[in-house]
Amino acid sequence: MYRAKIEVSLKQGHSDPEGEMTAQSLKELKFSAKKVNVSKVYIVVFEAESKQKAEEAVEGMCRKLLANPTKDNYSYVIEEEK
Amino acid sequence: MKTQDVRVLVMRVGGTNCDAETQRAFTELGAQAQVLHFNEVIKNHSILDYNALVFPGGFSYGDYVRAGAIWATGTLTKLRKDLKEFVEQERPILGICNGFQVLVEAGLLPAFNGISEYPKATLATNIPIGYRCKWVYLKHENSGNCIFTKNIPKNKVMHIPVAHGEGRFLFAKENEKRYLQKLYDNDQLVFRYCTKDGDYPNGEFPVNPNGAFHDIAGICNPQGTVFGLMPHPERAFYGWQLPDWAKTEQAPTFGDGKLVFESMIDYLKKRF
Repeated sequence: MYRAKIEVSLKQGHSDPEGEMTAQSLKELKFSAKKVNVSKVYIVVFEAESKQKAEEAVEGMCRKLLANPTKDNYSYVIEEEK
Repeated sequence: MKTQDVRVLVMRVGGTNCDAETQRAFTELGAQAQVLHFNEVIKNHSILDYNALVFPGGFSYGDYVRAGAIWATGTLTKLRKDLKEFVEQERPILGICNGFQVLVEAGLLPAFNGISEYPKATLATNIPIGYRCKWVYLKHENSGNCIFTKNIPKNKVMHIPVAHGEGRFLFAKENEKRYLQKLYDNDQLVFRYCTKDGDYPNGEFPVNPNGAFHDIAGICNPQGTVFGLMPHPERAFYGWQLPDWAKTEQAPTFGDGKLVFESMIDYLKKRF
């Protein structure tokens, strides 16, 4: 069993209106928020025969559903689930 | 084919909320239109039993992951073969608002070289951020390729409402120029946001309600048979749906949205 922590974030250069609005709100609370970038984190627990197969599966998850290559980058960490 | 023989399938899933108005637009014009849940279609029907397919507006599957992404994945997984055949036979597919998001996520639009394996565009979070429900003006840009707007003169300014939080049409930065050129070369550009007089806002809010690249509101595939748009033609179908109809001495019977449904039916009548 494996556990993947997948982070999907906006590619550099793409506007992040959610991040900008969050930064503005944090500033109103008197925090120094110069910039906020918003990303999504998915924790997926799944079965795979090997670490390599697990990586292939996570790549597929990102490409086929979790990220849109037009605007998203993705990264992940895979660990064996005990 | 006669109008009364035209069979339109309006699909819905949890979160779809514009299926009834869309169905009514088609039935008002004399066609047959059936609303069916996606799971019901998979289980007991075939999309190939219909002449046209519609992905209506709403918030399919709660807009989880990205607007339209889950329904697009389900559609490709469960209907890929039939969908490919549907497109190849040049039967019309319409995606309105969330339906447009589904078509883009599924690679059915812009589909420069057929249905793409991964999305070539996206409908990102509005700029300024927020759900925007308002009447906008659209300029018809198409030169006759799009079967959904054949009855609309080029450069006609239309009044139709939008209602969305994720409608900012984008290409990847590195592809912007190339893909825009393809839209023009293939006559795939259908609607752009504009002022009442037809001037382009160049991304400026509020005329462009979401910050869409090149003020794009709707595009079709190179064959002109798959069409997606963020504005809601079904909400501008009748004259009494228009925002100012009560102030006029005689409200028009129909609004600009009717032309989209009418064009599609006319295409089917001539083609099949």
